[in-house]
Amino acid sequence: MYVAVKGGERAIDNAHAWLAEERRGDKDVAELSLAQIREQLSLAVNRVMAEGSLYDPDLAALAIKQARGDLIEAVFLIRAYRTTLPRFGATRPVETGAMDCDRRISATFKDLPGGQVLGPTFDYTHRLLDFALAAEGLDAPDVAEGEAAQAPLPHVTEFLAREDLIQSEPDGPETPRDLTREPLDFPADRPLRLQALTRGDEGFVLSMAYSTQRGYGRNHPFVGELRIGTVPVEMEIPELGFSIEIGEVVLTECETVNQFTGSKTEPPQFTRGYGLVFGQTERKAISMALVDRALRWEELGEDNVGAPAQDEEFVLYHSDNVQATGFLEHIKLPHYVDFQSELELIRRLRAEAMQTGLKDAAE
Amino acid sequence: MSDYNFAYLDEQTKRMIRRAILKGVAVPGYQVPFASREMPMPYGWGTGGVQVSAACLTPDDTFKVIDQGADDTTNAVSIRKFFEKTAGVAVTERTCEATIIQTRHRIPEDPLTEDQILVYQVPIPEPLRFLEPSEVETRRMHALEDYGLMHVKLYEDISRHGEIATAYAYPVKVEGRYVMDPSPIPKFDNPKLESAALQLFGAGREQRIYAVPPYTKVVSLDFEDYPFDPSKAPHPCALCGAEDSYLDEVITDDKGSRMFVCSDTDFCASRRAAGHVGVAGAEVPA
Repeated sequence: MYVAVKGGERAIDNAHAWLAEERRGDKDVAELSLAQIREQLSLAVNRVMAEGSLYDPDLAALAIKQARGDLIEAVFLIRAYRTTLPRFGATRPVETGAMDCDRRISATFKDLPGGQVLGPTFDYTHRLLDFALAAEGLDAPDVAEGEAAQAPLPHVTEFLAREDLIQSEPDGPETPRDLTREPLDFPADRPLRLQALTRGDEGFVLSMAYSTQRGYGRNHPFVGELRIGTVPVEMEIPELGFSIEIGEVVLTECETVNQFTGSKTEPPQFTRGYGLVFGQTERKAISMALVDRALRWEELGEDNVGAPAQDEEFVLYHSDNVQATGFLEHIKLPHYVDFQSELELIRRLRAEAMQTGLKDAAE
Repeated sequence: MSDYNFAYLDEQTKRMIRRAILKGVAVPGYQVPFASREMPMPYGWGTGGVQVSAACLTPDDTFKVIDQGADDTTNAVSIRKFFEKTAGVAVTERTCEATIIQTRHRIPEDPLTEDQILVYQVPIPEPLRFLEPSEVETRRMHALEDYGLMHVKLYEDISRHGEIATAYAYPVKVEGRYVMDPSPIPKFDNPKLESAALQLFGAGREQRIYAVPPYTKVVSLDFEDYPFDPSKAPHPCALCGAEDSYLDEVITDDKGSRMFVCSDTDFCASRRAAGHVGVAGAEVPA
């Protein structure tokens, strides 16, 4: 007996209530605080800030808590909030050369002014589960402290630039187009591509970068420098006529030194790829630099070998995980009507095919 | 919900969307790029339609939302609630009472009037997308009115299947110029695209808005010897007996028994209220 499908409203309310209960989990276990998420799951917080395009560790922690740890859902919450915020203006470009570095390594020079600073990295940890962490309530280990370097660390590519061994980057347009305020339009210039990449899904950008390493648009990258640290953010206040510091952000910057090119007018030079991402997000920053470099094939006079990472439409249209997950998951919505029209079509086509088949068999 | 502006979006954003709508009305069937915003519901779930509705709604409007023709499908409920909360507008399930109707996958059975706006949610606005994946290329093809690829596709359908094997999102030509995707409505609905109402199409993720102004000529693509056929299931509605409405097929037991009922729930309920009864109508409370 068919009962008309009613009750969508009640179903939604009940689903939300159940979801809230599941989010909290077993009430005998203490509730997570935002401070705990911010301090102890900081790389998740960083990813949500980077892909959410909003630098606010507390809001990112809230989003992670609300999303039950689903980071793409958390990114979505942040994006939906971000888009409602008023815009007071734009800051001055941050000066990453003046970064207060926690980490700064170069894969191209054994030593360099300022030295190699390993910083808090997983790189040389042995990936063995540390069962001591399972026993809660341990005191934090004592960590030796040293003096922070005072002088700013120069960018590695500056040494190459002094000899003209690496391409110089011309100044871009005064005010780059804003991906979040204008529809995406092709061809996309480099500022627009970099905006898309820095907020792009880490997994997607990683895989695109990896594909270039495996030969789909290879561009021979060296990590010229990877630096992570704090930079001041300055904003020019029209009423004052000069810029003042309004805060600071942690950034990860990666500059790659790539295979050289030369042309009729230019002798061979190294080329650059660039990654800049909110927070300690070095996998993403390195990936971004590789994909940035792959997308520059045209401007550098390289061949388009048809690699996915060289195709800006492909990369930019598919890098955003909020768009991707929304569209992917929308196929959960009812499609009775279009499915019904397909059902009718396929029944008719089959009936015709069977009839023709029978006729052919009889002849 | 005083924390948000009327209908959620700020006034500047609404102006930007209205400009895109006006351009769309001025160039029927042309896909106008617009700076789609992140909405508090996922891309692919009607964000384009929601933004267009938000830009059109006034406090005096009466709003109706349907998904698959029904007011009570979960996502229709969710969008209707969103505007009840953020705009405080009156809502209705009656097609004739609504001034703005947001829809996914259907056009209401009852003819719309000049006083109504029909807002479509559009997943992929580009009718040529599955023939040519590049947006740069498809925009060029529209600019040059280069629709040969589409006709070849329809021709190949006929040579392979004996008919044009597109059952929904059936492409149309608007006012003799742009080939347009009418959104995934069944082709049964295509004749209703020529309407007295203003029809607006919003694709949020793809950042496009397009329009079919009232009384615009909309032709479903076909060939002289293979004319367009807006077919439907060859049954009457089991509840209201309508012979001319689009039907949902509902499986009623584990032996594969099925019944066909109107997909437009308001159309069906109105007919039953007026005394029309289908073969199973008596068993089901209206």
